[in-house]
Amino acid sequence: MSDSLFGILIGAMVVNNFTLYYFLGLCPFMGVSGRIATAVRMGMANIFVLTLTSISAWILNNFVLPHAPFLRVISFIVVIASLVQIVEMAIKKLSPTLFRQLGIFLPLITTNCAILGLAIFQTNKAYGFFEGLFYAIGAGLGLTLALVLMASIREETDRADVPRIARGMALVLIIAGSLSLAFMGFAGLLSSA
Amino acid sequence: MSDPTRSETLFRGVWRENPVMIHMLGLCPALAVTNTVMNSIAMGMATLFVLTGSSLLVSTFKRFIPHEVRITTYILIIATFVTIVDMSLAAWTPGLHKALGAYIALIVVNCMILGRQEAYASKQSVGRALLDALGTGFGFIIALVMMGAVREILGSGSFLGVSLFGDNFEPWLVMVLPPGGFLALGFWLLGLNWWTQRRERRAAEGAA
Repeated sequence: MSDSLFGILIGAMVVNNFTLYYFLGLCPFMGVSGRIATAVRMGMANIFVLTLTSISAWILNNFVLPHAPFLRVISFIVVIASLVQIVEMAIKKLSPTLFRQLGIFLPLITTNCAILGLAIFQTNKAYGFFEGLFYAIGAGLGLTLALVLMASIREETDRADVPRIARGMALVLIIAGSLSLAFMGFAGLLSSA
Repeated sequence: MSDPTRSETLFRGVWRENPVMIHMLGLCPALAVTNTVMNSIAMGMATLFVLTGSSLLVSTFKRFIPHEVRITTYILIIATFVTIVDMSLAAWTPGLHKALGAYIALIVVNCMILGRQEAYASKQSVGRALLDALGTGFGFIIALVMMGAVREILGSGSFLGVSLFGDNFEPWLVMVLPPGGFLALGFWLLGLNWWTQRRERRAAEGAA
């Protein structure tokens, strides 16, 4: 609880990056990181859902779950799933192009581990309302950062002459490994992280 | 597609359509908790249980689940089984429960489990769904152990906690850290691609 809000934000964004450190949200990370524009939009959608998740997790933690702790996983997932459904309908209505681009990964945003992961980590760390909010925004920015970095690299490797055996996912994973190594360099940034 | 035999249904998910190595599903636990073989096996068994249980329920009740809310229903069923696993592990093996941490609760959002419900269990008979779930679950365990073995042997010089190389071994520490997960899976895929392409080339040469 001694962390400053800014420390929480930076910690979630780069030091313990959700994708590269906790392996959360890998489906969109692998699936829609082909183009930078799509990656940015997916990241934005994630920031939005993560923020909503953080708020609803806080409400659940404070008013519902003390009476029924065994419902934790179920209530988190149901609340989050309905939220995501709303976002999905909104995107479908507002931007059919984006809806087509994100394809199968939009329904699967419900099963995006990052969303549930955030709710659980936030609970385990006993964050208050604003701490949770900053944690969510940091995590979302971190996801977006990882997605955009990955997309930028993949746009380059698309034109490169890659050995046949490394085409596709193998290359993506090894790039992700290198990114993750690079992000480990941030570990010394915050003593509390 | 003609009707596949029972054994085809069972073994489809084990290797030829392995959820992790071929379809890239369920990557989150496959990368996060595979720093030792023991953790990999535990995570694999937990996932197998959840997958089998939910496939059974979904295929049994498929006629009563309205199409519009099917995803929510599947997730509720999966979450129920995850809660069972979570509490059982906490009660019986607290150490393991601590090592797997939040990733047990995160089985709920394993795309592989939801994917099998949507693609298979919701359309097939109970027996078929059970076979499919067992096959996919075992495929998942195999993939996790493949990852865990590489990472534990290289990263801590042991297998299932038994030291392999004696005192002079300098552990490749990065393999047990997060980047090692990405690298280990990447190298496995490189190896598998090399093997598949070599086999295809051989087959082509044989045919020519």
